Amino acid sequence: MSVTATIRIQEGDFDVAQEIAALTNGRTDIGAVVTFSGICRGSENGEPIAALTLEHYPGMAEAEIVRHTDEALSRWPLQGLTVIHRFGRIAPGENIVLVITASPHRQAAFEAAEFLMDYLKTNAPFWKREESEKGTSWVEARDHDDAAAARWTKP
Amino acid sequence: MKVKYFAWVRERVGMAEETVEPPADVRTVNDLIGWLSSRGEAYAHAFEKPKVIRAAIDQAHVKPDAVISGAREIAFFPPMTGG
Repeated sequence: MSVTATIRIQEGDFDVAQEIAALTNGRTDIGAVVTFSGICRGSENGEPIAALTLEHYPGMAEAEIVRHTDEALSRWPLQGLTVIHRFGRIAPGENIVLVITASPHRQAAFEAAEFLMDYLKTNAPFWKREESEKGTSWVEARDHDDAAAARWTKP
Repeated sequence: MKVKYFAWVRERVGMAEETVEPPADVRTVNDLIGWLSSRGEAYAHAFEKPKVIRAAIDQAHVKPDAVISGAREIAFFPPMTGG
C-alpha cells in the first residue's frame, strides 16, 4: 500500500489526539506511532516571552516539507505520516508544529520523526519573532540545529 | 524577475517583494546580492553580512554561486528558525 503524507501549513491550532486518530483509525497493521509536538515556551534564557510570531514563505514551505516527507518515506518503512506547521502569532503553551509517524515497529517511527524535525528546523522556510517586555526580536538560528540535521546526511 | 524578502531581510529592505531587472553581468545569486546592495542604504544594511543570507530560486534552496538566468522568483532570507 502506498503511503501519502498529510501536510498542512495553517494559522489555526490542531488537535494532536484527533490527528493521531485520523492516521490510525480502522487499521490493525500499525504497530508504532511516534508523535512530536513543538510548543511555544513562556520564556527564553530566563526572560519571559509574550508570544512568538511565525513568518513563512508560502509555496516554498510546502515544497520543502514535501521534499523531506518524500525522503522519510523512502528511507523508512512508514505506514503513515503527518506534518502540521502553524504560522502567525502563537502564545506560550500553544502548539507550533506536529510530526506523526506510524510504522510496524518503533525504530522507524522514532528515527523518521527525529529526521523530519531536524530538517524542519534548518530547511523549512519559517522564521520566529519573539515578543517580550523589551520589544520584538528575530530568533537566531542555532548551530546545534544544523549539526542535528547534518547527522542524517548519507556518507 | 521577482525578488522576495523574508524576516529581518524584509524589514531592512522595507518591502516584501519587488520586480527587478538587473544588468546582464549580474549572473549569480552573489552578484545579485552585490547589485541590490548598491541600490541604497536599506539594501546595503539588509545584505551587510552576505554569508548569513540564504537564497532560494523558484522556491528551492540554492548556494550563492547559483546562476540566476531564467529564474522567475528569487528569495532572500536569514537562516530558518521554524519547527
